[in-house]
Amino acid sequence: MSEVPISWFLTLSAVLFALGVAGFLFRRSIITVFMSIELMLNAVNLSFVTFSYQLKSVNGHLFTFFVMVVAAAEAAVGLAIILTVFKNRSTLNIDDVDSMKN
Amino acid sequence: MPVSSFINTGDLVRFLPEIILSVFGTLLMVLDPIVNRRSSSVFGNLTLVALIAALFGTAAAYSQPGTAFGGMLIVDGFATFFRVLVIVVGILTTLPSYGFLKRQDAETSEYHALLLYSIAGQCLMASANDLIMIFIGLEISSIASYVLAGYLRDDKRANEAALKYFLLGSFATAFFLYGVALIYGGTGTVNLSMVRSAITGPNAPSPVFVGVAAALMFVGLGFKVSASPFQMWAPDVYQGAPTPVTAFLSAGPKAAAFAIFLRIFMTALEPLGVGWQPLVWISALASMTIGNFAALLQSNVKRLLAYSSVAHAGYVLVAFTARSDTGTAAAMFYLAAYALMNIGAFAVVSHLSGKGEGYQSLDDFAGLGQKQPLTAAMLSIFLLSFIGVPLTGGFFGKFYIFKAALESHLVWLTVLGLLNSAVAAYYYLRILVMMYMHEPSEAASKAEPLSPSLSAALILPAIGTLVLGIFPGWVLNFADKSAGLVK
Repeated sequence: MSEVPISWFLTLSAVLFALGVAGFLFRRSIITVFMSIELMLNAVNLSFVTFSYQLKSVNGHLFTFFVMVVAAAEAAVGLAIILTVFKNRSTLNIDDVDSMKN
Repeated sequence: MPVSSFINTGDLVRFLPEIILSVFGTLLMVLDPIVNRRSSSVFGNLTLVALIAALFGTAAAYSQPGTAFGGMLIVDGFATFFRVLVIVVGILTTLPSYGFLKRQDAETSEYHALLLYSIAGQCLMASANDLIMIFIGLEISSIASYVLAGYLRDDKRANEAALKYFLLGSFATAFFLYGVALIYGGTGTVNLSMVRSAITGPNAPSPVFVGVAAALMFVGLGFKVSASPFQMWAPDVYQGAPTPVTAFLSAGPKAAAFAIFLRIFMTALEPLGVGWQPLVWISALASMTIGNFAALLQSNVKRLLAYSSVAHAGYVLVAFTARSDTGTAAAMFYLAAYALMNIGAFAVVSHLSGKGEGYQSLDDFAGLGQKQPLTAAMLSIFLLSFIGVPLTGGFFGKFYIFKAALESHLVWLTVLGLLNSAVAAYYYLRILVMMYMHEPSEAASKAEPLSPSLSAALILPAIGTLVLGIFPGWVLNFADKSAGLVK
């Protein structure tokens, strides 16, 4: 049985990251934008794990745990912020959140 | 190996400021239900105690310079400089917060706890010597700042500021992290010194690969320091966040982000300098130009100062472009001078804006010189320092930056930077003219007399600005000595 080449994983990671960036830039729902950021972080995690496997070092695996913890903290804070925005404006469309212009 | 051989006393001493800040932050949250919150300013006082203790902790750490925790942290002059800077920023944020929180009827311990956590993160950023530690410090600082920006939950503008800060901040972090992952993949390490030896060594990864990683980290850090073309969040966030928080955001996290920016690019990625220098050159020029010209058009003072902070990030990037120890020292000096004047200016804005922060426009500053001569005089010192008038810290800051740029033969950048400073003088002078040459506005007449804590919050940075302008050698010598980072 032949192994899946390393480069495939890295390409997948890059594609997922690019999808996250595209989602961040083009989607209009705040929740989807937030999910795009999570996708970017997980794409990075995939890179870390792949490199860790390639380098035969355990450090990369450890880094993914750090990233996951940080992503969880970010999600907690982020969802709380999104909730307060929704309470005050009753909308989750990002284009409607622009009260500050000079 | 037993744990004791990993963690020794020396390591803990080098980590002392972060320990003190985290312990006090947690203590504040535990005390919240116990203390009667309406009757006292005990939280603010405790925060000041924590910050002053952290200053002593920083001094203790500096008495034992070196690396800690297997090279993850490094305590050197550079780290100590930025630790002291962010802690002083914390003190100067806490002082005007007393009056602010009382006015908004929002005295809770979370505000102060989050402030301490954010500063702990920034101290970690200042002393981290490992890309993962830098990432952790950056996130500790950022996540606490996101909440601080939205601290006034019922204020629509504060919500919006928090949302934008959070979304764009996390977006930037993801870029930074992808850069870290690529560096790890290419070199097998995240320790800055080891990355440096790996990319100059015999088995170096291809320069294109490292270049992509460097570019991703540049994008992430560019967002954090609000350098152009990644500055678009800054005006909205600075305008919407509660004013003392804005003061903090524009001084503390920015200085710490510049610290890691300098440390990464001047140690690990320094061998690639020829590659990244043009990028920083463009970013420096774009930040100065966009910041200054956009500030000309603003009528809201917070927004004006936000654009001015983008421009000032540009000046620091000029020093960065110089790619020399002189440039690093100039950037350090400028960040210290900038932090003082900026936080002082925002303290005045916070004082004047009143309950609900309604008075923020340029016209509200009219006649402040008549109504409150001391406040107006302090603001004048900060504005003159922004312009770069001699005898203020801003003058020597700009002087050293452009001197470093000329030494590195960046003649065009220097010329364009100086022209930019001339443009900037216009909008700062507009505030001065408004204060002294117009009839008092409603806001100026209604402004409360200065409380002792607020007077301290204005006078201390003003003294600092003048000291930096009259005896720049004190800080500059230290910066010069510490600018040669461990490579």
